[in-house]
Amino acid sequence: MRELVTLTIDGKEVRVQPGITIYWAAKAAGVDIPHLCYGEDIHPISSCRLCVVEVEGMKNLAASCTYPVSKGMVVHTASERVMKARRMNLELILSDHEITCITCEKSGSCLLEKYAYQFGISESVFTGEHRERNEFPILEENPFLVRDYNKCILCGRCVSACAELQFDSAIDYAERGFKAHISTAFGRPLQDTTCEFCGRCISVCPVGALTEKERVRKGREWEFQVTSTICPYCGCGCTLEMHTKDGKLIKVTTPAKGTVSRGNLCVKGKFGTYYINHAERLTMPLIRKPGPVKGTPTGKGTSGAGAAKGGEFVEASWDEALDLIAKSLREIKEKHGPNAIGGLSSAKCTNEENYVFQKFMRAVVGTNNVDHCARLCHSSTVAGLAKAFGSGAMTNAIGELRYADCIFVTGSNTTEAHPIIGLEVKAAVKKHGATLIVADPREIDLAGVAALHLRQRSGTDVALFNGMMQVILSEGLEDGEFIEKRTEDFEKFKSVVMQYTPEKVEKITGVPKEKIIQAARLYARAERASIIYSMGITQHTTGTDNVLSLANLAMVTGNVGKRSTGVNPLRGQNNVQGACDLGALPNVYPGYQQVANPQLQEKFEKAWEASLSPVPGLTVVEMLHGAEDGSIRGMYVMGENPFLSDPNVNRVKKDLEALEFLVVQDIFLSETARYADVVLPAASFAEKDGTFTNTERRVQLLRKVLDPPGRAKADWQILSEVAGRLGYSMRYNSSANIMEEIASLTPIYGGMTHDRLQGFGLQWPCPDKEHPGTPFLHKGMFSRGKGLFSAVEYIPPAEEPDREYPLLLTTGRILYHFHTGTMSRRVDGLHAIRPDGFVEIHPDDAAALKLSDGELARLTSRRGTVTAKTVVTERSRPGTVFMTFHYREAAANILTNDALDPVAKIPEFKVCAVKVEKAAGGKGKAGKAEKIRA
Amino acid sequence: MPKDRKTQDVQRIDNPKDLEALREKLRQRRDKDQVRIRICMTGCRAHGAEEILKAFQEEVGKRKLDAEIVSTGCHGFCAQAPVLVVDPYGIFYGGVSPEDVPEIVSQTVEKGKPVERLLYTDPSSGKTIVQAGDVPFYKNQQKVVLRNCGEIDPTDMLQYIEREGYAALAKALTQMDPETVIEEVTESLLRGRGGAGFPTGRKWSFARAAAGEPKYMICNADEGDPGAFMDRAVLEGDPHGAIEGMAIAAYAIGASHGYVYVRAEYPIAVEHLKKALADAEAMGLLGENILGSGFSFRIKIKKGSGAFVCGEETALIASIEGKRGMPRPRPPFPAQSGVWGKPTSINNVETLANVPLIILNGGKWYSGIGTEKSKGTKVFALAGKVNNTGLVEVPMGITLKEVVFAVGGGIPDGRSFKAVQTGGPSGGCIPESMLDLPVDYESLAKVGAIMGSGGMIVADDRTCMVDISRFFMDFIQDESCGKCVPCRIGTKRMLEILNDICEGRGTVEDLQTLEDLAHSIKDTALCGLGQTAPNPVLTTLKYFKDEYLAHIEEGACPAKVCKALIQYRIIPEACTGCGACIKVCPTQAITGEKKEVHNIAQEKCIKCGMCYSTCRFDAIEVNEKST
Repeated sequence: MRELVTLTIDGKEVRVQPGITIYWAAKAAGVDIPHLCYGEDIHPISSCRLCVVEVEGMKNLAASCTYPVSKGMVVHTASERVMKARRMNLELILSDHEITCITCEKSGSCLLEKYAYQFGISESVFTGEHRERNEFPILEENPFLVRDYNKCILCGRCVSACAELQFDSAIDYAERGFKAHISTAFGRPLQDTTCEFCGRCISVCPVGALTEKERVRKGREWEFQVTSTICPYCGCGCTLEMHTKDGKLIKVTTPAKGTVSRGNLCVKGKFGTYYINHAERLTMPLIRKPGPVKGTPTGKGTSGAGAAKGGEFVEASWDEALDLIAKSLREIKEKHGPNAIGGLSSAKCTNEENYVFQKFMRAVVGTNNVDHCARLCHSSTVAGLAKAFGSGAMTNAIGELRYADCIFVTGSNTTEAHPIIGLEVKAAVKKHGATLIVADPREIDLAGVAALHLRQRSGTDVALFNGMMQVILSEGLEDGEFIEKRTEDFEKFKSVVMQYTPEKVEKITGVPKEKIIQAARLYARAERASIIYSMGITQHTTGTDNVLSLANLAMVTGNVGKRSTGVNPLRGQNNVQGACDLGALPNVYPGYQQVANPQLQEKFEKAWEASLSPVPGLTVVEMLHGAEDGSIRGMYVMGENPFLSDPNVNRVKKDLEALEFLVVQDIFLSETARYADVVLPAASFAEKDGTFTNTERRVQLLRKVLDPPGRAKADWQILSEVAGRLGYSMRYNSSANIMEEIASLTPIYGGMTHDRLQGFGLQWPCPDKEHPGTPFLHKGMFSRGKGLFSAVEYIPPAEEPDREYPLLLTTGRILYHFHTGTMSRRVDGLHAIRPDGFVEIHPDDAAALKLSDGELARLTSRRGTVTAKTVVTERSRPGTVFMTFHYREAAANILTNDALDPVAKIPEFKVCAVKVEKAAGGKGKAGKAEKIRA
Repeated sequence: MPKDRKTQDVQRIDNPKDLEALREKLRQRRDKDQVRIRICMTGCRAHGAEEILKAFQEEVGKRKLDAEIVSTGCHGFCAQAPVLVVDPYGIFYGGVSPEDVPEIVSQTVEKGKPVERLLYTDPSSGKTIVQAGDVPFYKNQQKVVLRNCGEIDPTDMLQYIEREGYAALAKALTQMDPETVIEEVTESLLRGRGGAGFPTGRKWSFARAAAGEPKYMICNADEGDPGAFMDRAVLEGDPHGAIEGMAIAAYAIGASHGYVYVRAEYPIAVEHLKKALADAEAMGLLGENILGSGFSFRIKIKKGSGAFVCGEETALIASIEGKRGMPRPRPPFPAQSGVWGKPTSINNVETLANVPLIILNGGKWYSGIGTEKSKGTKVFALAGKVNNTGLVEVPMGITLKEVVFAVGGGIPDGRSFKAVQTGGPSGGCIPESMLDLPVDYESLAKVGAIMGSGGMIVADDRTCMVDISRFFMDFIQDESCGKCVPCRIGTKRMLEILNDICEGRGTVEDLQTLEDLAHSIKDTALCGLGQTAPNPVLTTLKYFKDEYLAHIEEGACPAKVCKALIQYRIIPEACTGCGACIKVCPTQAITGEKKEVHNIAQEKCIKCGMCYSTCRFDAIEVNEKST
């Protein structure tokens, strides 16, 4: 530690760290200096000049927010000269501020109001020109925020936050002198700029110039109840502070510290949770009363919903609904055995609920037929990383990423799918000078900040990684010591990899060999290199191979088991990690304990007081397909929507129709729920307690914000009641209570209790009550002992473009929507920004197909046909088209291939062959066209 | 015949010996008796210099004479534009027109005789002066920075080399280590000519000591003071002088990259700079391994887009980085964290142009010029109510009186001197009682003015000091970046009060508010622009308070400038009814039959003064407004 500096502040001697500013030194001395523009996480702007202090020997007053302390400095923070200057500057600010505190949303929490009060200034002495009412029109052109620059004091915090925290720079100062104001480039509407509606500008605005649209006229800060919980969207695990009043969500904020997101949110976290108040929430159990088939439901909403299997849904009492479920499940079990029943647990539900669900399937129903949508996104990760390292999860913490020297992002459109992690990557590059390599067929946003962008052909990842490793090994860039001491099976691996010369790999992948060599060198020469990947890697018939190959890459360079390195799969759902951890998988109990292991079977039989099956169950796709031959007769679906999320929708539809009995438990009447016989209304994330485990294995507490609507109940409560009716008693009185049971049976969660999870949560493994959690895995030793190299050969995708289906279709997420849209498409603002599904086509292909931007295109694969609006863009490679899967009207999964990875049983969502034609029906407005990128 | 502006076809020079050899060759080739016509082709272009050049080329060509026509930079004597000198006779001609050229050629070029009618006439003695060196305007100057301006063709690198060009760089690179260079400059006591006067040697030693790679050397050529054109003259007339200075500075601080941040409004400067940089690179005097020394340095030009504040170091850095040109708080200073967060030294053009001579002649030589704490010379742009407007270079310590009267030739039209304003919008107004003040950093600061970058505006008795303050405050308000409160809103409030006073709405209390605001802005503004913005107001309040009071208490503008407080009136006794004023009046405020006394309708008059300056019979007078 460096020597402390002694200085005098207001006559008091203070000893502080060298290099800190006078502002912080004063704080240490108990003096709070007024300021409007200073924010801790941005560079000092020093525009308001309220924080000035007198430093003896200095000609002018010093801005304490930026002036560093020095030895022997004598500071006066409240001398007459200082107070006079502060008062003058406050007077000046107020002389150009619309003083309408009486109707201002910010009143009571406004900093300007606070200081005006302290200094006793009710109006300025200056009567010159000022921002007349509506000199600047109030800007409400976008769905999310209101900008009233008549109230703006030009502190510049929003500008800095946008540039330094979001790396966006959608806004800046415009014009000069007194006319200066904050503006987008050329005053364009926010949605036509790079703005991503993260709302960070609102959070830093000290006055009422920036406001969430949704909150206007709904109350002042002191009227809100604020509850801290965890975001229900992606796997980042951001903390949401839900501000509510009278049982309604008013607005969402996030703390600047002690959270994954460091004060940032994405548009979905900030503005995307209003769906919990949506009129279409399920409030009563529904039972299908048979009748004629009314056809496939259309439209985005569920209003006027008929049951897809025919008949009508009729509201029922809980007793009626639960009795019917118990009776139907019992019948199937008696007639066809327990394995004729399948259950889909949910990556959206809490750990506790997933635990109860798998326990319900295993101990009550008596089958291991339990799975969930992780099968469709990261089962290859779980399989691959478990094989290579012994643990199938993100090896390192999100917060470590920014300190990596090199980040290799592949198959992850990070800024859209995991926006907060996207920010970490940008921070690594822009703030800490990391080198970014992007390997992605699409020109994703991160490619813009990357040192190198490799655009491999979809599905040729193994070849690409092998090519990089071939270069590393031929140039002697490997970490020999690491390989020697910490790994096994290297030689076999090497003999395979060495065949992948850059020339050969260029032919397979389409990536120029120079770039392959450059990428290999950049990655291998870095002190700390981190790999990030997501579904672009996993959703292939070679998904497990892809993951194994990335594990090889990390091991060959010794980039595992250290801070800011590792192999980091980004999990797509808020609790997909937790759902896997808690055993919502057909082959493992909670904590990845194999069902086939007799000792473990015995352990759980004892704990659960039930006899359990040692036979691994069926996976998602297998269960659904099981309905076709009658091997699966009944299904219990909790919070999942396989109708849209699974590949080959037309087949899923037939499967759902074929089921004898289907229970769906959800918050909305999803596409899948329409096929149900009984629909149960569940509580949303905001209406219950529990825990979510984010992508970095961090278990965080969820807190109940509101009461569930109508008769809706938490999923674990519903499951307990069904279990009771099937003769199995689940005596839980709270989710904390369930966590105690989890901890007792799940070693990686062994030290977790709800009490311990207050604050920033804990990262597993956390084996006992004293354990602080584990930020990064495999330190010193891999979970499986030694890291296992796998010799992986390149295998082409299951279906490649041919004469009949000449284009390659790949799918992915966009920032504004999520998964099957059940939640995000019920948020007006998100819908307004991205109302329509679309297909991205390269200009060359579009020209050949005579398709222009905005026209309807018809896409056909061997499995079905959809239409979507065309977006002509070079983001896609020539020969490749891209679709999102959020839109039921343009459901990409009608087209996708349900061919499975042989190990992980993950379908090949990312590659299938399609043909594209101009659709009849002419022009329509396409999904939002490409934004202007600075 | 347009000059070939392409990169010169020259051999790369790999060592100092070859450079000296080239210089020797160029000198030997020079014929001392050769007739050279040096025409200012920069500032004088606006006065038709190009046509004169063409006329010379035609005339000389027609007569097949062996005369060299040189397009030079600024000679300084702008009041006489267009100007030229015919060597070897040193005959100076001002106010030349193309029609004069044949006579100049036949008389001066061919015969060495002066054309009497085109010679400069000294207004005090009424005598003509033949040689430039004898013209008082030139005689009282000492040219260091402007040593080559007006002497050489700035687009011809060889002419620069012939006059000791790049000898200093060669010396620094091969005979001195960077520390010695800094020591030499420190010993010279050279101070920043951009305005603040920070010791250059110290600035360099900070940048040298700072950790971080690469380092940057920036030449600040964002000259923005109204009426100032010192840096422009150097870049247009002697670009290599600044470039050589930059390269030496870069060597001293350890910079490998340089930027010249120059106003886009200086197209000739940009053009000459580009040419000079390309030539220097081609000759190996910039770029990789300069003169075989192992030192490499490259310079890029960054054009500013007309923001005055970008002359401020941190705003300039932001602008180079592609951001909006807004200052940021210091510390950290650019020496620690400049362009792209790397150690950076930013020096003004004039500062850098001094450097080669300091290296060649030694710091001691340089510190022999000037006063105790202000060394060397200073270039001023002399403007306003003074006879010899133009660019002058004088030794530090010369009195204001000498500059205004000896060099500047005094006040025109027989009016009387009132004040001199130095330092532009950041400077102050110095009254007649202080005319004996020596021109140096300390003396000027003591009276509330500043040296500034070199703007010097002379005011006579027809200049309203309140109006002058208002002019500068208006400029500042326009140019404030809008970031900090005191500058953005404070100067606006000051401007509003000054407007009130000029329009007769001021109160005595306003003067107190003006002072309070001025002190508060000085005390709390973020950057130098705001901190010095109140200076013109404070000095005029100090030295010319009676003028403010006259506006406020009597509703009168003693200088008869403030439109709201004056009226134009026709003197019936003098009016001949010629109708000239009727023709020029833009608002048809003047009526009257021919040969009869005209009349001005006050309600229509906008006080533009067109009638006043048009009337040949002094029949229009300006009065205080009758209330």
